[in-house]
Amino acid sequence: MKDDGSHPESVKVEVRELHKSFRMLHVLKGVSFTVNPGELFVLMGPSGSGKSVLLKHIAGLLRPDSGEILIEDQPLGNPEVEKRCRRAMVFQSAALLTSLTVGENVGLYLSEHQLKPPAEIATIVAQKLDVVGLKGIEDRWPGDLSGGMQKRVAVARALVVEPQLVLFDEPTSELDPVMAVAIGEEILKLKMRNHATIIVVTHDRDLAFAIADRIAMIDEGRILFIGSPEEIKRSSNPQIQKFLRAELNTLKQH
Amino acid sequence: MFHHIGEILILFWRTLEKLPVAWRQRRKVIDQLFEIGNASLLMVCLLSLFIGGVLALQTGPVLVQRGISSVLGGMIGLSVCKELAPVMMAILIAGRIGSAMSAEIGTMQVYEEIDALKTMDIDPVEYLVLPRMIAIAVALPTLVVFSIPVGWFGGALVCDFNQKIGVSFWSYFENLREVVELSDVANGLFKSFIFALIIGIVSCHQGLVTRGGPRGIGRSVTKAVVNSIVLILILDYFLTRFLLYVQK
Repeated sequence: MKDDGSHPESVKVEVRELHKSFRMLHVLKGVSFTVNPGELFVLMGPSGSGKSVLLKHIAGLLRPDSGEILIEDQPLGNPEVEKRCRRAMVFQSAALLTSLTVGENVGLYLSEHQLKPPAEIATIVAQKLDVVGLKGIEDRWPGDLSGGMQKRVAVARALVVEPQLVLFDEPTSELDPVMAVAIGEEILKLKMRNHATIIVVTHDRDLAFAIADRIAMIDEGRILFIGSPEEIKRSSNPQIQKFLRAELNTLKQH
Repeated sequence: MFHHIGEILILFWRTLEKLPVAWRQRRKVIDQLFEIGNASLLMVCLLSLFIGGVLALQTGPVLVQRGISSVLGGMIGLSVCKELAPVMMAILIAGRIGSAMSAEIGTMQVYEEIDALKTMDIDPVEYLVLPRMIAIAVALPTLVVFSIPVGWFGGALVCDFNQKIGVSFWSYFENLREVVELSDVANGLFKSFIFALIIGIVSCHQGLVTRGGPRGIGRSVTKAVVNSIVLILILDYFLTRFLLYVQK
């Protein structure tokens, strides 16, 4: 255990005053928050609020115009952090490589970095696919799978890294409610099993309230509120209440 | 434009830096070689046969009229191996393979597959660009090795069978053997090697900078092919000047 009582594998993530613009569009306007080690932190907000851009910064795929991201108090991009902190990201589109089979996708990290012999990789791939309930589909192609199955394969691919930090971008988008529940369960299991720090970006309120330790509400590139699911429900902020109460069936009343 | 040229040069340098680890990508190199070679060989041979043939058809009657038909073999031989085979094959490969490269990498870019590679600490340059560059740099000169004799043969066929020319197979190849030297063939192969690098790096770069969905992919493919062909034709002049200077 670390001094703060967290699991030794968990990492702390700190985002400080992050700004990002794409040409004239100011997407992130000074975003700051801290994710504690082993915490399941949900970034929730409407479409276009800057959630995915923020997640891509934490994944190291985008560089901020100003501000910084610290992992275990070290700036992201620091070679020591890159070496010590194993990160994995599950993309909104699953982002499986369509030219590889499911098995090759899941084992890609191990095979490309030559970390294990092929026979051992095959065993690990089978184990990870079993964990996400997709046993025996190693030889199938990503294009032959449903959206939900592709996302679970992407989770298996993330598990192979034995990640300390896992980033989920809209994990339940384009999924039916049953599959969305299954993905939510996978995220919770990942937290229990790996003690990983997990950051989930979503606009799915049900998912956020079901899995989050804390939720950050983001809108127009600014954090509006950070708190537990209960605290966010009780918030009097009109923008948060509008997002939380928006229901399609109210349209019938007009 | 200068921004793109800078990006292409940086990408080329980063690919060169990855050469020491090329062995790790051997399976992908072989796959790409098969893709380029196998898919293009028949087309290359067919095209070369007709290039040699049309060259004979255009120049033969004029040279016969002036009484210098005996130089036809050497003239067609030199034209094919030093110029037509490397340039035409490069244009063919830019159309067939360059477009496929930029479309494949562009699709991976648009659908976040390249981002997924990066999050697994897999360098897209090593994983995607390096194998394609090695494969095309080997495959294009190899295809030109096939293209040259087939082009010569196409010229010989027309010279022999066209009644307005009437230069026999034997005298055509006799003159070709007198005029064309091994260095001329090497000259053509060197050009094709440089053209291969241009097609590879321009196409991979276009793929990597693709933005904006299917329309973006289409735009990238068009740019990859057009830019490759334009660069090939411009560079061909300067390469020819350079090779003539070296041969002096």
